[in-house]
Amino acid sequence: MYRYDEHDRRIVVERARQFRTQVARRISGELTEEEFRPLRLQNGLYIQLHAYMLRIAIPYGLLSATQIRKLADITRKYDRGYGHFTTRQNLQLNWPRLEDVPTILDELASVEMHAIQTSGNCVRNVTSDPFAGVARDEDVDPRPYCEILRQYSTFHPEFATLPRKFKIAVTGSKNDRAAIAVHDIGLRVLKNDAGEIGFEVYVGGGQGRTPMIAPRIRAFLPERDLLAYTEAILRIYNQLGRRDNLYKARIKILVHETGVPEFTRLVEEEFARIASDEGLVLTPDEIARVTRHFEPASYETTPATPTLEGLTLGKDRTLARFVEANVLPHRVAGYAIVQISLKSERLPPGDVTHVQLDAVADLADRFSFGRAVVTHRQNLVLTDVKIAALAALHADLAKHDLATPNVGRVTDIVACPGLDYCDLANARSIPVAADVASRLRTLEQEQDLGPITLNISGCINACGHHHVGNLGILGIDKLGEEFYQLTLGGDHTETAAVGKILGRAFAADEIAGAVEKTVRTYLALRTSRDETFLAVYRRVGPTPFKEAVYGAHPASSQRTAA
Amino acid sequence: MALIRRRASAPRREPRAADFEIASDDSWLSIADDASVPATGDVIVSLARFMAESEALLAREGRLGVRVPNDTLPELLAPLATSATLIALDFPTHRDGRAYSLARWLRSRFGFRGEIRATGKVVRDQLANLARVGFDSFELARGSAELALASFDDFTVHYQATSDQPLPLWKRAARA
Ligand code: SF4
Repeated sequence: MYRYDEHDRRIVVERARQFRTQVARRISGELTEEEFRPLRLQNGLYIQLHAYMLRIAIPYGLLSATQIRKLADITRKYDRGYGHFTTRQNLQLNWPRLEDVPTILDELASVEMHAIQTSGNCVRNVTSDPFAGVARDEDVDPRPYCEILRQYSTFHPEFATLPRKFKIAVTGSKNDRAAIAVHDIGLRVLKNDAGEIGFEVYVGGGQGRTPMIAPRIRAFLPERDLLAYTEAILRIYNQLGRRDNLYKARIKILVHETGVPEFTRLVEEEFARIASDEGLVLTPDEIARVTRHFEPASYETTPATPTLEGLTLGKDRTLARFVEANVLPHRVAGYAIVQISLKSERLPPGDVTHVQLDAVADLADRFSFGRAVVTHRQNLVLTDVKIAALAALHADLAKHDLATPNVGRVTDIVACPGLDYCDLANARSIPVAADVASRLRTLEQEQDLGPITLNISGCINACGHHHVGNLGILGIDKLGEEFYQLTLGGDHTETAAVGKILGRAFAADEIAGAVEKTVRTYLALRTSRDETFLAVYRRVGPTPFKEAVYGAHPASSQRTAA
Repeated sequence: MALIRRRASAPRREPRAADFEIASDDSWLSIADDASVPATGDVIVSLARFMAESEALLAREGRLGVRVPNDTLPELLAPLATSATLIALDFPTHRDGRAYSLARWLRSRFGFRGEIRATGKVVRDQLANLARVGFDSFELARGSAELALASFDDFTVHYQATSDQPLPLWKRAARA
């Protein structure tokens, strides 16, 4: 993984020092809260319902065991012993004290981490495929380009006060596991017929109150032009993006209102002006330098390497279910990708305790070259586990409640913090996730429900990515009461789609039942086990689900005004 | 309100506190649109007035500065770049970053060599960024000018190429 040199190190150290003086100015009263706000927001420090919240950047989700141990230690020393992984592969601390935050930043800097640009109207943490570097279907490893973009965007002086936040995702596979279609810029790195590396460029996707699937504005951008093209997009957006209305300020609205051809023309025109700037053209040397940091691990291969298919699990049904749900084939023979579900019965989705973090660090050291990856579905991945060691790893994971065999299944619920923490929320997310999971757990164990994604957001800001869940749940406020809208058909992959609202919203005690009916309807309609929920929904449309959930005469089943 | 500006002797390079000073003299007078322009002296007029009266303004004695609203289309900057000595870019709030891109365009696309001044809601914590995209002087809205000056040294390394630094870090430094 990328290791800092003296320059990278100096930047995070100087940032921590600068923030320490800003906090001191706030505490002394020199800065009012209003003046301090934009400063703390450039550093991932929010005020939530009950306390400050600090969002720590995990660039493209990749962590070393040392970093994970440090995070465990920080949650122990400065928080309540747990953290929350977000849908943008970051980690949030829910209870830090303002006066401790500079020290937390020092501690992070000591392990090459920071909280830079995890909030504010700037370029945020660049996200990527959690299986980058090990996926069988990968064309090009996206991580070197993520790191190049991370450095380019870190404290970029021109783009620190954009109209709104700006999110970039990069994937290196046709099968998109980075949800590039719903990002401000989505990049797919690939090789053309001549073997040259370049990018498909998508711009203007997004979630929130106006979900949009990003149009492609470039079919092949040579890798040397990555920074110039990104800069052209950012400059056009900085100049023309709307600033009169917070809800229309994202680049997706600019692209939509300008029209894709005209927007593309503006970008291409600016790009043509700056494409040969010495400051922007990426050289093969620089790409090679960064790529060296992501060289493959030193895999051992022996003549008798076991395969996943050939794995004899004996009578151990628990292990078999774990392997079936959480373990994926690796590009190197004898190895597997192991996903760790953070969706057990005991903790809210994405939450992890300091004890679990320490355990993951140890297991990463023992089984996976000392690395782990955070996914945008709020789980963790050990990317390089020997197939022969799966049983031992599983046993250790189970000791820490980290072996729930449900990744990609319906109880692998993505949820934002919602009204339990977030002051923007309309409704709670965490209890709804718990309700839905407890209703569906048995069904999931009895019947193979196949892959289903279920996402919950506590308000239209859509941090829980409900628009792109196969099932999406959105918390809304109706006359001061918490209600939930159900959407079906969302998809965050290469066949991306925004889910459609099924019908009237549900009260808090009805929503889990509606989800269960939806899932049972799917079971009844599928022609075989291989037909996924999404495939069935695309085949039959919403009507059978509507009838199942609302009854044949939806109007008569209304309990509360919709 | 204090004015901070790049020292006349300072090289164009990534900002350091030593390259800037608190100005005790400022020859520029900002003229409102309904006020008459004095016959001599350095004046700053609005872009609208410049476009309407450019001949007269350029014929007078004294240097010319132009106030440019931050939503100005970049194409309109071209004539300014050759005829103005100072361009003042406004920050209606410090969260509105359009003027950063205008400054970049002035320097790189239009080759403007004169002074670019930041006016409006300018605060200490944005000075280094402003300098990096091409600003030379800053009308500080509030706060201590000395502390603001010191803030240029908050960061001693920058990744990007910008108006004052044509090369990105990886072309300037040997990196592992
Ligand atoms: S979706 Fe809404 S409630 Fe949930 S974390 Fe985001 S802002 Fe808060």
